[in-house]
Amino acid sequence: MNLSRPARLLLRLALAAGLAVIYVPLAVVLLNSVNADRTFGWPPAGLTLRWWGAAWASSGVREALWTSVRAGLGATAIALVLGTMAAFAVQRHRFFGRQAVSLVIILPIALPGIVTGIALNNAFRTVLEPFGVGLGLFTVVVGHATFCVVTVYNNVLARLRRTGIGLEEASADLGAGPFTTFRLVTFPLIRSALLAGGLLAFALSFDEIIVTTFTAGAGVRTLPIWIFENLFRPNQAPVVNVVAAALIVASLIPVYLAQRLSSDVGTH
Amino acid sequence: MRRIGSALAAAALALAAACGGTTPTTGAPAPGQSGFVPPRLSAPQALGTGEGQVDLVAWAGYVEDGSNDPKVDWVTPFEQETGCQVNVKVAGTSDEMVALMRTGQYDAVSASGDASLRLIAAGTVAPVNTSLIPNYTDVFDGLKSKPWNSVNGVPYGVPHGRGANLLMWRTDTVRPAPDSWSVVFDPNSPYKGKVTAYDSPIYLADAAVYLMATRPDLGIRSPYALDDRQFQAAVDLLKQQKQVVGEYWSDYTKEIQAFKSGDSVVGTTWQVIVNVAKSERAPVEAVLPKEGATGWSDTWMVAARAAHPNCAYRWLDWIISPTANAQVAEYFGEAPSNAKACAETADPQHCATFHATDEAYFSKVHYWTTPIAQCLDGRTNVTCKDYAAWTRAWTEIKG
Amino acid sequence: MSRAGAFLHRRAGVRLALLLSAPLAWLGLAYLGALAALLVTAFHSVDTFTGTLNRTFTWANFLDLATGEVYRTIVLRSVGVALAVTAIDLVVAFPMAFAMAKLAGPRTRRWLVIAVLTPLWASYLVKAYAWRVMLSSGGLLGWGFGLTATVLTLAYLWLPYMILPIYAGLERLPGSLLEAAGDLGARSWQVFRTVVWPLTFPAVIAGSIFTFSLSLGDYIAVKIVGGRSQLIGNVVYDNIGAAGDLPFAAAVATVPVVVMLGYLAAVRRTGALESL
Repeated sequence: MNLSRPARLLLRLALAAGLAVIYVPLAVVLLNSVNADRTFGWPPAGLTLRWWGAAWASSGVREALWTSVRAGLGATAIALVLGTMAAFAVQRHRFFGRQAVSLVIILPIALPGIVTGIALNNAFRTVLEPFGVGLGLFTVVVGHATFCVVTVYNNVLARLRRTGIGLEEASADLGAGPFTTFRLVTFPLIRSALLAGGLLAFALSFDEIIVTTFTAGAGVRTLPIWIFENLFRPNQAPVVNVVAAALIVASLIPVYLAQRLSSDVGTH
Repeated sequence: MRRIGSALAAAALALAAACGGTTPTTGAPAPGQSGFVPPRLSAPQALGTGEGQVDLVAWAGYVEDGSNDPKVDWVTPFEQETGCQVNVKVAGTSDEMVALMRTGQYDAVSASGDASLRLIAAGTVAPVNTSLIPNYTDVFDGLKSKPWNSVNGVPYGVPHGRGANLLMWRTDTVRPAPDSWSVVFDPNSPYKGKVTAYDSPIYLADAAVYLMATRPDLGIRSPYALDDRQFQAAVDLLKQQKQVVGEYWSDYTKEIQAFKSGDSVVGTTWQVIVNVAKSERAPVEAVLPKEGATGWSDTWMVAARAAHPNCAYRWLDWIISPTANAQVAEYFGEAPSNAKACAETADPQHCATFHATDEAYFSKVHYWTTPIAQCLDGRTNVTCKDYAAWTRAWTEIKG
Repeated sequence: MSRAGAFLHRRAGVRLALLLSAPLAWLGLAYLGALAALLVTAFHSVDTFTGTLNRTFTWANFLDLATGEVYRTIVLRSVGVALAVTAIDLVVAFPMAFAMAKLAGPRTRRWLVIAVLTPLWASYLVKAYAWRVMLSSGGLLGWGFGLTATVLTLAYLWLPYMILPIYAGLERLPGSLLEAAGDLGARSWQVFRTVVWPLTFPAVIAGSIFTFSLSLGDYIAVKIVGGRSQLIGNVVYDNIGAAGDLPFAAAVATVPVVVMLGYLAAVRRTGALESL
């Protein structure tokens, strides 16, 4: 596109300014993680590594992190399966109500989290409790998977639309069954779309708090729930900043790897 | 605080419901005396050997095993001493507590005043034989056989601790030092925009406490038993107050920040917030105003169908033992229930700071309880506003 | 296996049924069923002392909702906040996404995407508290708390959800198309108006679904930076939390559902639903 020099400059400035807006609060988080003040008053009264030590020693943080990872992986796995199936159905078939399928898949993310949260909470209690099954990690996974399906679905759908079915037909003509074709032809085609969708699904699940609040059993603490609880404890609030700061740094690894693995990640 | 307890899992509102009891000092009959008849259940006469485990439902911060902070741990010593492995479910609200206890999968619960009555009425919890709990002897008399932990003199649990909702102000801006809630209810307050109030429907009770002192014509006997006219007066007072409020607070961190930065200069608080704010050199003071105040007190109760009753009784005894009670009171920021705990606190001033032994102080506290349609003050000729009505009114007050 | 495969290959209908069964059972039956059950609950009432549901049909909850002036105010305020957040995010995100997709080289682009994705991993609550610290008196900004603070905080929290779809939409836009338009003598503004905007519009709408719905359902950020304000999410939460009044909470929850369904219906034809 033949943009004028001032226009290019302006756009680059907008990008830089936008990134600054994104990163200033994160810098505040980082600074607060070494803020000597227990309620992170501003400006910091002094600097300390005490909270990093406390976070390292806290088994609650580790347990919550592990719970979040399990919930995220479980939800992502379900989303990958359901999202891919739905995408194939919609892209490769013509049927009545095709539009409605898209709508149903989008609905859980489009409706406010509190609605999804109380609807699922209500349903779980009605349906599961008679069987003696209470809310737990399982219900969190179900809740998260519900709104994560859409990210996989859309990524796979976009990929299928772009690739067409020529290769698969060729494979079938050469005598490969549908399962062989899927394994050798289709799957490699959609692999990076699965990665992109899966990564976003995991991220959505990892920082979700509202649906989690309503679907977690009383003893199940994901990281956001742990953070929520600890923001209200006298000596724990600064530890929360440490956890967030550490997460930002740690998150660079999976995001970067995903970027390396697929040229077009980042598209939803 | 309890508040913290609830705050965590749910927002602070939940807490509101979470805590409390009726006001023992007004001499008003408890619902137990005025209304429901609890199912006939009996307490054990003797204890056997421990079952090897105990399943608890508790507020956050009540059952700490060192996983949040290695230094905060009164569960491990209990397990070593009794051989009872502790499994805890942290509940966020009283509703959740009641629901969890109804599943029958738990042995004991740290119930707040509102939940305790519901548990007793439904037969979910049994009377407690306090002679099997040696440490019960040392519990403050001001906490024994109260309307929220007993029915007609039969105890249904052991008291965990207590606290009051105080009035805090910044000494550099609020002069003279206030001794009345009027400073937060005055529509022409010089501190307009810097007044803060607790963000929960239960805050209506604070308004009712103030009205008890300033509007005797309303005839309010308990701030948790408000008929239509009394309720409307409290709602009007809070609507008027909203004009001078800068921020409603619901969590600990939020309020301390606001007072340190000066965004808030006067409003309700908890003792533990005062302590932390002071330790961070914020110029604040707090007082129990002359009109009295709201507060909270929780009770450990044993399930009627407890699978591990022996371990449950040992836990009840443990949590009110001087050492553990001191630890939990200090961690949570409240007054211990065991008089001997005062000698065990890490901070020798803890009991003095939290007025643990000051019965005159706590006689001015109206412990939190969830209002129900049946008036908690014993009136039978009118219906009172229940908590659902309080919640809707709170929405309307905030606008 | 191979016989089943051959069967599947021939029978498109069976294949379709197999593909659709699991997703539809999960989302169509379970999720929609849960929503429907919630809607039904809105017509019941509850005994708040015993917590038992009274399943007698009643319009009472909806009547209260419709006649309470305060609820109208809160609904309008919540929709206003969601719209403001969406508008701010659009204005901030579009130039950023454009610069990322069309001005940066492939290598830089990769890093820019990472830079935009990273904040998603820092906890929502921690970021909201960071804003509280910045907005409080004596903080970096010191603008104080209230509705404006809530809008700013939410706009910040949801910004990546707007940038990513727009970026993806722009990336799909062939550079040759833009150049062709330019070669034909169109000025930058004209190219934007006639080519770029129409083609990326579905992506913009996709982003707006995120920002709008996330804002509409929020009840936590407003508690942290909202001063004395409240949104529709708070009303739902307050009624279900301590009061245990699920029927009324369910009735209130139908409001954002209706708003979102209306929004989705309005944008369905843009193709945005497939760009999320």
